[in-house]
Amino acid sequence: MRKSKFWPMVVVLLLAMALLSACATPAAAPAGDAAAGDEGTAAEAAGDSANQVEVFSWWTGGGEAAGLEAMIGVFNAEYPDIEFINAAVAGGAGTNARAVLATRLQAGDAPDSWQGHAGQELIGTYVAADQLEPVNFLFEENGWLDVMPETLIPLISQNGNIYSVPVNIHRANVLWYNPGILADNGLEAPTDLDSWFAAMDALQAAGVEAPLAMGEQWTAMHLFETVLLSSLGPDAYDAVWSGEGDWAGEDVTAALENFAKTLSYTNSDASALTWQDASRLVVDGDAAFNVMGDWAEGYFREIGMAPQEDYGWTPVPGSNGNFQFLSDSFVLPVGAPHRDAAIAWLTVAGSQAGQDAFNPVKGSIPARSDGDRSLYGEYLLSAMDDWASDRVVGSLTHGVVANDAWKSEIDTALGLFLTNSDVAAFQDALVNACAAAGPCQ
Amino acid sequence: MSLSRDRLISIALVSPSILAVLVFVYGFIFWSVRVSMSNWVGLLPDYSWAGLANYRNLMHDPRFHIDVRNTVIFTVLFVAGCLALGLILAVLLDQGLRGETFFRNLFLFPMAISFIVTGVVWRWLMNPAQGSRISGLNLLFDKMGLDFLINQWYTTPYWGIGFIAIPAIWQMSGYTMALYLGGLRSIPDEVREAARVDGASEWQLYRYVILPLLSPITLTAMIILGHISLKVFDLIVAVAGKQLPLDVPAIYMWTTTFDGGFYNRGAAIGILLLLSVAVLVIPYLRYTLRTEAEL
Amino acid sequence: MKTQRASWLYLPLLLMAAFYILPMYIMLSTGFKSFAEVSLKTMWNLPTGIHLENFQRAYEALAPNLWNSVRLVVPAAIISSILGSLNGFVLAKWKFRGADLIFPLILFGMFIPYQSILIPLVEFMKRINLYGGIWGLVLTHVIYGIPITTLTFRNYYAGIPVELVEASRIDGAGILGVYWHIMLPLSIPSFVVVLIWQFTAAWNDFLFAVVLTKPASWPVTVALNNLAGSQIIEWNVQMAGSFLAALPTLLVYIFLGRYFLRGLLAGAVKG
Repeated sequence: MRKSKFWPMVVVLLLAMALLSACATPAAAPAGDAAAGDEGTAAEAAGDSANQVEVFSWWTGGGEAAGLEAMIGVFNAEYPDIEFINAAVAGGAGTNARAVLATRLQAGDAPDSWQGHAGQELIGTYVAADQLEPVNFLFEENGWLDVMPETLIPLISQNGNIYSVPVNIHRANVLWYNPGILADNGLEAPTDLDSWFAAMDALQAAGVEAPLAMGEQWTAMHLFETVLLSSLGPDAYDAVWSGEGDWAGEDVTAALENFAKTLSYTNSDASALTWQDASRLVVDGDAAFNVMGDWAEGYFREIGMAPQEDYGWTPVPGSNGNFQFLSDSFVLPVGAPHRDAAIAWLTVAGSQAGQDAFNPVKGSIPARSDGDRSLYGEYLLSAMDDWASDRVVGSLTHGVVANDAWKSEIDTALGLFLTNSDVAAFQDALVNACAAAGPCQ
Repeated sequence: MSLSRDRLISIALVSPSILAVLVFVYGFIFWSVRVSMSNWVGLLPDYSWAGLANYRNLMHDPRFHIDVRNTVIFTVLFVAGCLALGLILAVLLDQGLRGETFFRNLFLFPMAISFIVTGVVWRWLMNPAQGSRISGLNLLFDKMGLDFLINQWYTTPYWGIGFIAIPAIWQMSGYTMALYLGGLRSIPDEVREAARVDGASEWQLYRYVILPLLSPITLTAMIILGHISLKVFDLIVAVAGKQLPLDVPAIYMWTTTFDGGFYNRGAAIGILLLLSVAVLVIPYLRYTLRTEAEL
Repeated sequence: MKTQRASWLYLPLLLMAAFYILPMYIMLSTGFKSFAEVSLKTMWNLPTGIHLENFQRAYEALAPNLWNSVRLVVPAAIISSILGSLNGFVLAKWKFRGADLIFPLILFGMFIPYQSILIPLVEFMKRINLYGGIWGLVLTHVIYGIPITTLTFRNYYAGIPVELVEASRIDGAGILGVYWHIMLPLSIPSFVVVLIWQFTAAWNDFLFAVVLTKPASWPVTVALNNLAGSQIIEWNVQMAGSFLAALPTLLVYIFLGRYFLRGLLAGAVKG
């Protein structure tokens, strides 16, 4: 009796499976006739036809993906005979994407171009491994050296070779604040660390439990780099990254103490919040301040907030006059499977049309100084002005000043510091990190 | 003649699998061991000999200490939780209630779903916010008047990792239940009857007769759950992101390899993970193979 | 007496049922909400209307990948089951010298942390020209499925009386005959277990899929992960997509769960 029900079910199951696999084969066949299918093995075979470009990024959603699509639109219009293959992989602030990229490069299967943060992330990782071709010729042929800031070029170069084409510029050292809360408490937007701390003391006294909103661990690193800049000033900040400065110095100790003090104003559930959650606390009135890159502005606008009313901005107190930047850029790998198509893509990525298609949608400013100002909103226009006039320094969290190995050691040290608040141990760990993976060797 | 041909066939039948396992398991393990004894940092392979330096460094690495501690806490809670819950559910379902099939399927279904799918839901459920921003289970407790249950979940200092065991138990306790239920069903009625005739209460029956009979199943479940918990990775990343208080060896291995480029250190962590699994599994394999031989 | 005791037993059962159903409730109710309704503070509220368009949009985004998953999972489950069955048969009933050593060696493969072997895996697949497509992923799932399928079948076959094999051999059957006529028909319950197990494992896998396949061959888990952008995440569509991605395995468990259980018991309880 048990069996009488059982067997028919099994037969049905096996039949269903046989049917499905039978269906699966013909489905693959028609697509594959010409070049052995839509499978990846086939993609390689098809790859020799030289009319495609596979571009790898971690832009799969929101304004980033939309911006990429807009730039692909420009590309398709200019190079209609090149097929664009968008190999974007999401997740973990690009960490899934980077793992995928690393395994592909290990296996000698480089995409035609990929996204990376301009600076040491690219230079320390890929240039050091001889994976990238210099792209100086593109800068010269297209006259980009005249339209991209002089201060930017050294940060994306090594030994005079430029290794990537920057598409956009983001600013890291922005303090977002809730104008209503500040006004209610008779406060002005702070301009230096002391006035910032005083303002947060006042807010706490007025019942705002956690005046400074923070999110998961990488947002703490973001806060760290901005406070480090504010405390050290741009010269000393540059020096600790170039290896000329001393991580064991007293000025660094003071900076770490400032950072520890800053942390004391943050929310206790930070580790459970994404950066969006944390930024949102400001516009929702649950916190007064949030330090985040200016992609937060794109987020505020998407959730329907109005500039100056729902949110205000100022450089992170003490870093006025400095533009702590990061830049998404695209590279030309050594041995790109479709080198000409990759160069075509890079040409579009560096062009005015490409950048003006991408940036207004992504919520960033173009790396070129000749962007069409009518396309950008109030905040972005102010960022363009600052970018043109401020001193440019690089971001740690977003790959400009430290290579991957160094950054990951700092990340571990920071994670430990967040749990034990031991400034001396943190400084020791930073000294060791620079010695182990940075320029202090 | 025929016998030796059959022998050849039998070897031919298993050799593809053996070959595949040799390459994909042992070949790759060997590769990892080699990398773990090299100086490979960065994208370019560097097989220069480092001996046991990477392992020694891990022994003094505070992050690795946190990982080990977290793994121990997680494993104990996860395994114990699954066993206890699985046993309770199995005993309840063994009482011949109506709707047994429904409940059985209900308890089993989380196994069918990956944390790619449910990770976000668990992140919402275990949202630690309180006060005006309260949400998730905390909000539910608040509405039901169970305020004493409101807590910080995985942001709890030191013990946060223990809360990550909750979704893991949710996923795997149904499997333990199924194993136990099978065990209970296989115990002949005569055994229960005999115990009852001897005057045993239901409690005594389960405690002294049935539970001991289930111990081989408990052992099997412990091994399976134990190795899952040593390798736990996607669950934590999906629920809580990558953060040091909730770090485990598998996450450290991943981030140090792919974010930091420390291929040598990542491989060493992988090998240590494998060794700790081996410590768990090999005695079990020997035990089961030996008891089998005795049968 | 019996019924009285039974009725209070429903209390803990229903409590536990609530615990198991809770995440599914959140997923589904969010999937039906409009974007404006989605907020952490109102996550327990029922949706005010049924917004089926979320599911439609998610389906449009995921459809090719759902299909890729089917093309991946069906051969992966079937091939690894067959291999496991053959291994289990030989290792339980037709042992050659060294077979007792081979079984634990195969079994140990179950325990390797997969994250640590990604690089040689990708390199190997590239070398045998299977990198990037579905078939490389199929092969990977088949191979890493061998330990568990072998274990299941071996345990099951070990419980089958030796006399059956002996009798068949006296009748003149060779090894293949014994397998085909005696063992295979008897092991259908194990096939169900192993097929379901491998189906689920391959369907839910993300790690292998993301490193071994290229966009055209991505299975649904990778696409689902990509669906969540990095700024504004439309949680209602995301949840609808999550549900769609989980549906096939859910259906398998709902409709075949009892056979799965039955087979599991048959394998686990011997001895």
